Amino acid sequence: MKSTRGSSSDDASVAWSPRHGLQLKGVKKPFTEVIKANIGDAHAMGQRPVTFFRQVLALCSYPELLEDNKFPEDAKKRARRILDACGGHSIGAYSASQGIECIRQDVARYIEKRDGGIPSNPDNIYLSTGASDAIVTILKLLVCGEGRDRTGVMISIPQYPLYSAALADLGAVQISYYLDEDNCWSLNLAELGRALNEAKQRCKPRVLCIINPGNPTGQVQSRQCIEDVIRFAKEEHLFLMADEVYQDNVYAEGCKFHSFKKVLFEMGPEYSSTVEMASFHSTSKCYMGECGFRGGYMEVINMDPEVKAQLTKLVSVRLCPPVPGQALLDLVVNPPQPDEPSYTSFMKERTAVLAALAEKARLTEEIFNTVPGITCNPVQGAMYTFPRITLPQKAIDKAKADGVVPDMFYCMKLLEEEGICLVPGSGFGQREGTFHFRMTILPPTEKLKVVLQKIRDFHSRFTSEFS
Amino acid sequence: MSATRVSPRTLPLLSPGRVALFLQGGGGPHRGGVGPRFRSLTSPPLSCSSSSPGRALSSLSTTRRGLPKEKMSENGMMSRAKVLTIDTMNPTVKKVEYAVRGPIVQRAVELERELSEGMKKPFAEVIKANIGDAHAMGQQPITFFRQVLALCSYPELLSDSTFPEDAKSRACRILNSCGGNSMGAYSASQGIESVRQDVARYIERRDGGVPCDPDNIYLTTGASDGIVTMLKLLVCGEGAMRAGVMISIPQYPLYSAALAELSAVQINYYLNEEKCWSLDISELQRALDEARLYCNPRALCIINPGNPTGQVQSRECIEDVIRFAAKERLFLMADEVYQDNVYAEGCQFHSFKKVLFEMGPEYSETVELASFHSTSKCYMGECGFRGGYMEIINMDDDVKAQLTKLLSVRLCPPVPGQALMDLVVNPPQPGEPSYEHFIKERTATLSALAEKAKLTEQVLNTVEGIRCNPVQGAMYSFPCITIPERAIQEAKELGQQPDMFYCMKMLEETGICLVPGSGFGQKEGTYHFRMTILPPKDKLKILLNNVKAFHQSFTQQYS
Repeated sequence: MKSTRGSSSDDASVAWSPRHGLQLKGVKKPFTEVIKANIGDAHAMGQRPVTFFRQVLALCSYPELLEDNKFPEDAKKRARRILDACGGHSIGAYSASQGIECIRQDVARYIEKRDGGIPSNPDNIYLSTGASDAIVTILKLLVCGEGRDRTGVMISIPQYPLYSAALADLGAVQISYYLDEDNCWSLNLAELGRALNEAKQRCKPRVLCIINPGNPTGQVQSRQCIEDVIRFAKEEHLFLMADEVYQDNVYAEGCKFHSFKKVLFEMGPEYSSTVEMASFHSTSKCYMGECGFRGGYMEVINMDPEVKAQLTKLVSVRLCPPVPGQALLDLVVNPPQPDEPSYTSFMKERTAVLAALAEKARLTEEIFNTVPGITCNPVQGAMYTFPRITLPQKAIDKAKADGVVPDMFYCMKLLEEEGICLVPGSGFGQREGTFHFRMTILPPTEKLKVVLQKIRDFHSRFTSEFS
Repeated sequence: MSATRVSPRTLPLLSPGRVALFLQGGGGPHRGGVGPRFRSLTSPPLSCSSSSPGRALSSLSTTRRGLPKEKMSENGMMSRAKVLTIDTMNPTVKKVEYAVRGPIVQRAVELERELSEGMKKPFAEVIKANIGDAHAMGQQPITFFRQVLALCSYPELLSDSTFPEDAKSRACRILNSCGGNSMGAYSASQGIESVRQDVARYIERRDGGVPCDPDNIYLTTGASDGIVTMLKLLVCGEGAMRAGVMISIPQYPLYSAALAELSAVQINYYLNEEKCWSLDISELQRALDEARLYCNPRALCIINPGNPTGQVQSRECIEDVIRFAAKERLFLMADEVYQDNVYAEGCQFHSFKKVLFEMGPEYSETVELASFHSTSKCYMGECGFRGGYMEIINMDDDVKAQLTKLLSVRLCPPVPGQALMDLVVNPPQPGEPSYEHFIKERTATLSALAEKAKLTEQVLNTVEGIRCNPVQGAMYSFPCITIPERAIQEAKELGQQPDMFYCMKMLEETGICLVPGSGFGQKEGTYHFRMTILPPKDKLKILLNNVKAFHQSFTQQYS
């Protein structure tokens, strides 16, 4: 059982079975609905799609609607542009394997704008089936060697389990570096060095993965820290993978998203012309939360042209990323502009979502920190909180006797008693002897308050039960 | 002797004891996955005892150890080699080849660009007949499907009176099974439950009532995704124990590409061109017996109707294949994405599932089978949505759990593609407002395809030096071409396959983009190309005449 993914597989199925039990057998439960706070699935939590995006997608799906005067002109214009770039003017045609060219151009322009004018070449953009697809593809390119020469990949602990799953699947060596929980899950250079040096005894470290803003830990990296990481990658000859899918999800005051690409180029040609990097983005997070469309892209920097040709070949075997997802990505990187009719409503929707998320991030931290036995770092960004929980020794012993890890025991009990589905920290990795869970902050504010209250009650009950 | 072959017949090929092994089998050979009892025939002895026996390519790795290589850059400064170079990348990726989007297609894209920049060419447009991309060739989407997709994308349209009621009710049903009633929510990794139920009912109808369990349905990102996933589960072992997978030659290159990437052993069995590309059991046996000397054959892949060869398998042949798979303990993979594309008189599509169950419990309870379908072909041709499903039969429960887990890593197949799949398996019914129009569109597309299949065969067979089997089904013709000896010599001097040389020349002179037969595999000394029959009829006629004229002048030039 090497390939596990805490957030979607095991725990979600746990959440499903009580729900089915309720429906099918009418078994009485101490709750009326299961709240799946295990995954960053915004729409499932009631977030509304951005109107403009969905208008354009409807127009692309059924171009007869272009004659319909109910749709704003800017939506029609975007739809026509996308359709013109599709074979036979249909989103049902295959696209180029790297993605539709005009969308790659739009992505490049978006990156340039985001990064204060640092150039981006559309040839370096690869559209993908969500960010996961691209991450696995890049890892696949990097894995080689046997025994002590086997590729090692540095990932943070806690990590998003896609990484550990992909590394297990590819037979690569996972090199864990620990984030510093006491300093708001920040990344420590000394810890990177330690992890790397130890790993050199057993594998060949070639890759360093960073998730910023952090999943599951919610930290936002400082510019200084990113510079340090880039210097480290250069010195240690590591390929950098920057998972930046939460780039719009920054809430904490004083925090700001800095892309690795931008910092890299601001460090001058010594770095920007040598450090190899891939950066990932997706349509699933930020303010749009369109997970189901599986849209995404990666930008590769300083990749060897021969390897790039191999990458292009490799992605061609799967023909192309889903075209509706490509279309959606185009809208994300090229949203309504100030002089266009949909601009005002677009901005209103976008701001409302992001402001609500910021509010919920604050609320979550605040309430958890009132609970004895729960300590919670500020949710500076992304969509999750990863609080540390103190578990009584008796509970730990009971879990061990049951053959489950203690935080799984805790989460399972929470699910059975309150109908709240979280992911135990052990699914993401944590320092030995510490316990956590991941909870998304996505439920609507009122519901979130209820969830937080229930967890609070449960935690006190659990603590006294096992004390 | 293979562990699989000595195990009792009642044990499924994919048994739980080996699962840990399979899942490490993703990118090729893996540490820890291989017990010491497996002797690796391909790898040199390794000094590192911590590692499992590796593959032949592991010998490369000794050069990768130590410090990064220094190299001189153009300005004379010392600069370090990149972390990721062609020499230090995953060697299995390098072995992957995919001709359908290979060099000839890249050149076609360049030519399109040159034309648009005003460059003079002996043709006015590039015709990409290399790939089965119906909409790109002008086929119109099915109105009903796109109405429902528009409604699902922008549910405000549900109050629009211009949409038919059946489209609205389908859209509501799909949205109701999405989280938050939005296609933007993740679905279950196996696919939306109501869609899987609809798929199961579709299969039951198609197969004359043979039952289908929605739990055996997995929605996928196009059929390719399902095929690669199944192969990934099956690959394990090292050296002479490495999993071998039987594929037809000619084949659809997804298979060879996936096998290369997974470092599985490709076992070729040749289709019989003289008998309309039919499958011959004695040839299967020959290929299998030879392969047993160097690998552990575990799976047999069949494409029916055939790609690139267009044959439709007879019921009897399918029975023979199933018996062969049962006897030789092979996991069957039936690629049935062209199941609606049958044109020739006397031909009919028989699903492997149906035949399997009609052969009685001796077979239907033992033979492990995965069958694949997609939204990309048939009459809908919706390639861009990447919709698809697979049905698995007789799969070990523990392996099924592993499969579900494996899929969950990628979260879910694209939901618009799942929605489209739902419409394909549950189209408008008699009595519903969209029924007639739907049937009209569907019939028009399929009868046009039938006509184009016939036309292609007819015209190509008028050309001396081109021999073309009937296009009984699917979307391609794969004619045999005679290439003059002088052309073969010239190709060899250029380091090209003769049919690549031929196709490249055709592209440069006529703008027609075909895929050389060598990209699919062919009997040594024979040459072919694959051409899709999808262009609109008038365009197809011109295209065929241009192919004819090109072949004649090519033959003349090199005679």
